[in-house]
Amino acid sequence: MTTDHILLDHGSGGKISSAMIRDIMLPAFDNPILSMLNDGASLEVGGARLAFSTDTYTVSPLFFPGGSIGDLAINGTVNDVAMCGARPLYLSVGLIIEEGFPIEDLRRILDDMGKAARLADVLIVTGDTKVVPRGAADKIFINTSGIGLIPDGVNVGGERACVGDHIILSGTIADHGMTILTQREGLSFDTEIRSDSAPLNHMVQAILSAGKNVHVLRDPTRGGVGTTLNEIAIQSNLGIRIYEDRIPVKKDVAGICELLGFDPLYVANEGKLLVFVPPSDADAVLAAIQNDPAGKDACVIGMVTETAPKRVIMETRIGGERIVDMQTGEQLPRIC
Amino acid sequence: MSIKHAEEYRDRELSKSLIQKIHQNSHRPLRLMEVCGTHTVSIFKNGIRSILPETVSLLSGPGCPVCVTAQGEIDAFIELSREKNVIITTFGDLMRIPGSDSSLQKERANGRDIRIVYSAFDALEIARNHPDREVVFLGVGFETTAPTIAASVLSAQAMNLKNLSVISAHKQVVPALNALMQTREVRIDGFLLPGHVSVIIGAGAYRDFIRHHPIPCVITGFEPVDILSGIHMLVRQIDTGRNILENAYPRAVSETGNAKAKALLKTVFQSGDTVWRGIGSIPDSGLFFQQAFENFDAAKRFRISYRQTPEPRGCACGEILTGVKIPPDCALYKKTCTPLHPIGPCMVSSEGTCAAYYKYHGG
Ligand code: SF4
Repeated sequence: MTTDHILLDHGSGGKISSAMIRDIMLPAFDNPILSMLNDGASLEVGGARLAFSTDTYTVSPLFFPGGSIGDLAINGTVNDVAMCGARPLYLSVGLIIEEGFPIEDLRRILDDMGKAARLADVLIVTGDTKVVPRGAADKIFINTSGIGLIPDGVNVGGERACVGDHIILSGTIADHGMTILTQREGLSFDTEIRSDSAPLNHMVQAILSAGKNVHVLRDPTRGGVGTTLNEIAIQSNLGIRIYEDRIPVKKDVAGICELLGFDPLYVANEGKLLVFVPPSDADAVLAAIQNDPAGKDACVIGMVTETAPKRVIMETRIGGERIVDMQTGEQLPRIC
Repeated sequence: MSIKHAEEYRDRELSKSLIQKIHQNSHRPLRLMEVCGTHTVSIFKNGIRSILPETVSLLSGPGCPVCVTAQGEIDAFIELSREKNVIITTFGDLMRIPGSDSSLQKERANGRDIRIVYSAFDALEIARNHPDREVVFLGVGFETTAPTIAASVLSAQAMNLKNLSVISAHKQVVPALNALMQTREVRIDGFLLPGHVSVIIGAGAYRDFIRHHPIPCVITGFEPVDILSGIHMLVRQIDTGRNILENAYPRAVSETGNAKAKALLKTVFQSGDTVWRGIGSIPDSGLFFQQAFENFDAAKRFRISYRQTPEPRGCACGEILTGVKIPPDCALYKKTCTPLHPIGPCMVSSEGTCAAYYKYHGG
């Protein structure tokens, strides 16, 4: 079944998104930098290496436990730039606001953006605002772009993963996605879960100074850890083996995922990263991450293998094995 | 809502010793059927097939609710979504199921008002908030989902809500087990019976079935230790030549089930013949509205007549749902049928067998 219209699945970050990028977008813009398909682009400009990335934020509700669309828009782009190994410096902000949007909410959002930018140590240096008629947008959409400087000697990218690399995950997964979902749907549980929205650039600096041979840095946002690992397996043409019992998921988040039939491996994170490092650097890098308040639950979740190239295989809690496939589309809550 | 934790049923050591016992007790090739789609998913997710002896084959049964929904019904849902002034409310699982020429997901992209809900009570809320619209809930599922739907219909009645109706395409598990046993091509040595359904209907609901069709049966939960216990009990029964009903999920399933849920079902619904994909019409296997609740019946309100639409050409979902075939036996599997371009429901539903094979066995 092919489709003539854009489905929500096209924005899910899974297989359907990849197919759209490959079939419609890459041919239109064809160039070698874009074709790398990393979170951000690495560019040579006047002898300096720059990282450049853009992202657009739409989230409902706009305010949720652990954050708002405002800090999400800053942290997300800061993190995309940081995942190129860069130190993020400057951001642009574009706002699309629906007619009738409360000024008070806008003030709160901008305030959150300002705070997040200060925390990440980046400057918002240019911006644009459009107001569209009621119904032409849903409340507010935010685009941010960011640039940063890649220090000499730093060279990261999904294609650089090596056999034997340890894979470090900086903390619990699925917090953000499940928070948004439960808030949006008005599902209330006996405990509150919170988004993990956080800037990761300081953690990245610590990682890069602790380990001289960091191969891959990625933040598993939309599509979750499962999708990100698959992308890296494909980019590097190597296999990935992870261990279910080492992947940290908060108990309540795991319980809610189960209730709704969601696999936490495919749920979005907004303040977590994955690092691929050779075993020799693994301990130092892990310690550096654990030193950061957002990284205290960090651990090694798996390694890169020669066998099963382009595949992610998980050893399950009970010692079985299964493939962790790339997600096809948006996860939908199940029956029963 | 409260969240359950089940760490002890995922214990590695406990699993190991069960696996060992299964290996010790299985001496000849066995075909065991897990009747419930949630079992299928848990078996794949936990990699249980990879640790069982080669002699034990697990077959998925007719337990994925959207998969067993007949093609004609799926088409009727899609047609209904095109009616003016209608809001369709549905569980997420139905969105991507391919109808003969569209899917609910595509209809939503075309501007139809189709909303994913988590409970029939959400549909009731939507109906209250939109008194000028007709809100229809697509009721697909087994005895697990039907009681909540019955409860929401009762509430709607109490509120005198006139713009909510429900399509009841609900199905009952025990009649399907009977039908399976009467199908000649079906060769099954034992059943892992569905835990969630059994919580509602109780272990007692299977007694007649097993009297008529003596076969090893074990009511089984969904954590890896539950499933391994269920398999172990089946293997042991077969090894010792017994055909009895055992309960490997006693922490949730009683002999008589959930009295309140059963009463709800009885108040609102009555049994009737209904068509299952791949199996055909099974006597008394459907749940239809009692006369007193007829005005909530969307099928009546919108005069829906289900057509006998043929299933997608070449799709073996029917044989897969009865354990006669496994997905790689289908000529379309992984060739023209993938989760991106699903041909049958078994490739799209989160509990579909083809989807599980594709996802966890490598697509
Ligand atoms: S692989 Fe596709 S076509 Fe074949 S049985 Fe499964 S769903 Fe039907």
